[in-house]
Amino acid sequence: MPGLTSSQTVGPFFHEALLRDGQTTLVKPATQGVRIAIEGIVTDGAGAPVTDAMLEIWQANGAGRYDHPADTQDKPIDPAFHGFGRAGTDKTGHYRFETIRPGAVPGRGNSLQAPHIAVTLFTRGLLLHLTTRLYFAGEPLNDTDPVLALVPDEAARRTLIATPVAGTAIPTYRFDIRLQGDGETVFFEI
Amino acid sequence: MSETDNSEIYSDVPAGTHPAYASPAYKSTILRAPSRPLIRLPQTLTEVTGPRPGAETVGPTLADFTKCHGGEAVGERIIVTGRVLDEDGRAVPNAVLEIWQANAAGRYNHPVDRHDAPLDPHFDGSGRVTTAEDGAYRFQSIKPGAYPWKNHHNAWRPNHIHFSLFGPGVATRLITQMYFPGDPLLPLDPIYNSIPDAAARARLVSTFDIDVTQPEYALGYRFDIVLRGRHATPMEQ
Ligand SMILES: [Fe+3]
Repeated sequence: MPGLTSSQTVGPFFHEALLRDGQTTLVKPATQGVRIAIEGIVTDGAGAPVTDAMLEIWQANGAGRYDHPADTQDKPIDPAFHGFGRAGTDKTGHYRFETIRPGAVPGRGNSLQAPHIAVTLFTRGLLLHLTTRLYFAGEPLNDTDPVLALVPDEAARRTLIATPVAGTAIPTYRFDIRLQGDGETVFFEI
Repeated sequence: MSETDNSEIYSDVPAGTHPAYASPAYKSTILRAPSRPLIRLPQTLTEVTGPRPGAETVGPTLADFTKCHGGEAVGERIIVTGRVLDEDGRAVPNAVLEIWQANAAGRYNHPVDRHDAPLDPHFDGSGRVTTAEDGAYRFQSIKPGAYPWKNHHNAWRPNHIHFSLFGPGVATRLITQMYFPGDPLLPLDPIYNSIPDAAARARLVSTFDIDVTQPEYALGYRFDIVLRGRHATPMEQ
């Protein structure tokens, strides 16, 4: 049995290798579903912006199906939507994605998960990437979501809920990530 | 029965394999490591699936870093090859590897790199390969130089190559670094030494292989990468 390969930091010099134009836009003209934008800033334990982070998102399509062979649900695949996005943070720690609102996907057993997006964060100073989830404010299924239920503390749970931004061209949700300290985002071990 | 009951999940990571987030000898962790324990999330369809980005997202295959912008890069040519496997020894085919590194002088082609060492106009230092049916990958490059990084007095990173891998699921995502055998900087490097388990640490050091070495052309190194394996147990508790 070969031993698992250890994680190391992405470091500060990944941009040329990993970031390309178009990775922050998950939608094409033919993509099915409600267009949304997701944006926020990443901050460190001192509240300073993290200007050299990379975020990856992974989500189901508008019908709640992942474009992956392990998802065998009887729901349509959208040929115009894969569900992967990648963004770097800018000089203010800001990132932004344009995507669609994902449908609900099943959880373990007979449970149903609220619509959510898996978020993976890499940066200098993280020897192992961090994993969290973005949920949507006002979604009734949040109340019964089995993963949100793993976070008993109300304030901590709020770090997983993206909130609507007023006055934007397309519905936009704000999802800030705080690596450490007051308002620290809930991160998951998966 | 929901349809996810028969899906497979990825097995737990053995203790000591991954570094602790709070590894203060690596100074950048001090304000960036989470202070609260992670919450364990039993894997769902979200975590057992994951991105399989194509060339339109991550860029086309680029397996030779030694020729760039109409010329040959300076430095010692190397061939790096190996297999991507899971913990049960099964090949991971169609895995995308994104690779980047410093040039022979220890300088990245990156605006943030202020190291006073020459850029090489014929070396960009990054590329992408995809594993074959047997999990094998291969690329050729230039041996990266060591570089100073100001983490502590006289801090130098050992020679290394960065690897980013998409395995089959979100739960198998991995970013790591490959090192070179016999590097005197390894025992002094807080990033390498952040891995608690000595055997796991040693697995990040590639091996020189005379059979991979190409006569009159390039030295060969072998580096296998092992991703989390599957538990064939249902997701149902
Ligand atoms: Fe590096």
